[in-house]
Amino acid sequence: MEWDWHYTGDILPDLLDGLRVTVTATLLGYVIAVLLGLVWTLLRRTPSAVVNQTVRWVTEFVRSTPLLVQLFFLYYVLPTWGITLGPLTAGVIGLGLHYSTYTAEVYRGGIDDVPRGQWEAAVALNLPRSRTWLDVILPQAIRRVVPTLGNYLIAMFKDSPLLLGINVAELLNTAYTTGTHTLRFLEPITLVGVLFVLVSVVSSVLVRRLERRSHATD
Amino acid sequence: MSDVLDAYPQLLRGAWTTVQLTVYGSVLALVLALVFGLAGTARSAWVRAVGRVYVEFFRGMATLVLMYWFFYALPLVGFRFTPMAAAVLSLGLNIGAYGAEVVRGAVRAVPKAQYEATVALNFTPVQRMRRVILPQAVALMLPPFGNLVIELMKGSAVVSLITIGDLTFRAKQIQNATGETLWTYVAILLIYFVIAQALQSLVRLAERRVDRMLGRRAEAT
Repeated sequence: MEWDWHYTGDILPDLLDGLRVTVTATLLGYVIAVLLGLVWTLLRRTPSAVVNQTVRWVTEFVRSTPLLVQLFFLYYVLPTWGITLGPLTAGVIGLGLHYSTYTAEVYRGGIDDVPRGQWEAAVALNLPRSRTWLDVILPQAIRRVVPTLGNYLIAMFKDSPLLLGINVAELLNTAYTTGTHTLRFLEPITLVGVLFVLVSVVSSVLVRRLERRSHATD
Repeated sequence: MSDVLDAYPQLLRGAWTTVQLTVYGSVLALVLALVFGLAGTARSAWVRAVGRVYVEFFRGMATLVLMYWFFYALPLVGFRFTPMAAAVLSLGLNIGAYGAEVVRGAVRAVPKAQYEATVALNFTPVQRMRRVILPQAVALMLPPFGNLVIELMKGSAVVSLITIGDLTFRAKQIQNATGETLWTYVAILLIYFVIAQALQSLVRLAERRVDRMLGRRAEAT
């Protein structure tokens, strides 16, 4: 079988539509992951041992079980409890929830890296707890972890094809459906691969540049 | 719930397939990681470039896309893979790329004096790697490798999408047969969790052994 450039040109617009869904799902999921991760980290620092241990085991559980199964859970189990999510919504929530357990670790590392003196200074200045966190600790911690968080954005992008398991019309799913219509899988799936490598390589170059810049300002 | 428990032979068979995939995939990934990771530390710029290209390409590729490519696209140009081979190849190639970065980083983190000492003692390059550099690098590699193996195990759930009867695939079957959606997924999530915890304890055991071998923290354990 020969590579058919004409066919390639025909399917490209459809694939780009799929890519748009992939990117949307990734970005929305990323927003959830970044915010929820911070929530997990802060909850783990509360004095209550019950909250602390619960959060610890919940995040450990989510982190060490497959994203695909979690997506199935959101998509198939929640409706039996009366919560019906559309495929894309379930996908975004699943991606976000799964990766929030990773970003939580990143934040934790970032907060641990803030020098002790900063805490002591906040105490010495008698800053209220909320100001200590919002104006002293978090700005420094988050600046340190931006490149690492960027890497997780790329990781999420690469995990987004899993959404086809719950019928989201993302990039790979579009390619596969196109293929079943024409029985030619070579061009669409190869194109998807090329698009993935392109987006990932370009974004990892950007993240590396970000990394270098944040080292330079340290 | 009892319907799901009654289906335990199916769950066990699925779990066994998942474990097999994890083992085969990890072995392939380890070999690729060592080959391309060491290539990344080579003196020749060409060899280093080969390592870089492998790492960038397969780190940038989504495992599932790769798997679909092996399974649906390549047979059309004459390369046929069994589902199992396609799955192990794509999991191994993907995790191997991450592993290669780990190997490269670990080898470069071995103090330079160690390297100079082997030159002074007139070791051959093979002796240098085997006797001096690698044993020290392995201690640094183990914790990230442990994480990668768990990532691979989790990643193996996608093979259910190319009809391999792993744990996730069995879950779908049981769900269809019994209509017990909740308990089916709770059961397999728990099984995955147990497998992950078991892998983690294995890695910790290995870490302790390597530390003892190198005489580090010998008394602390």
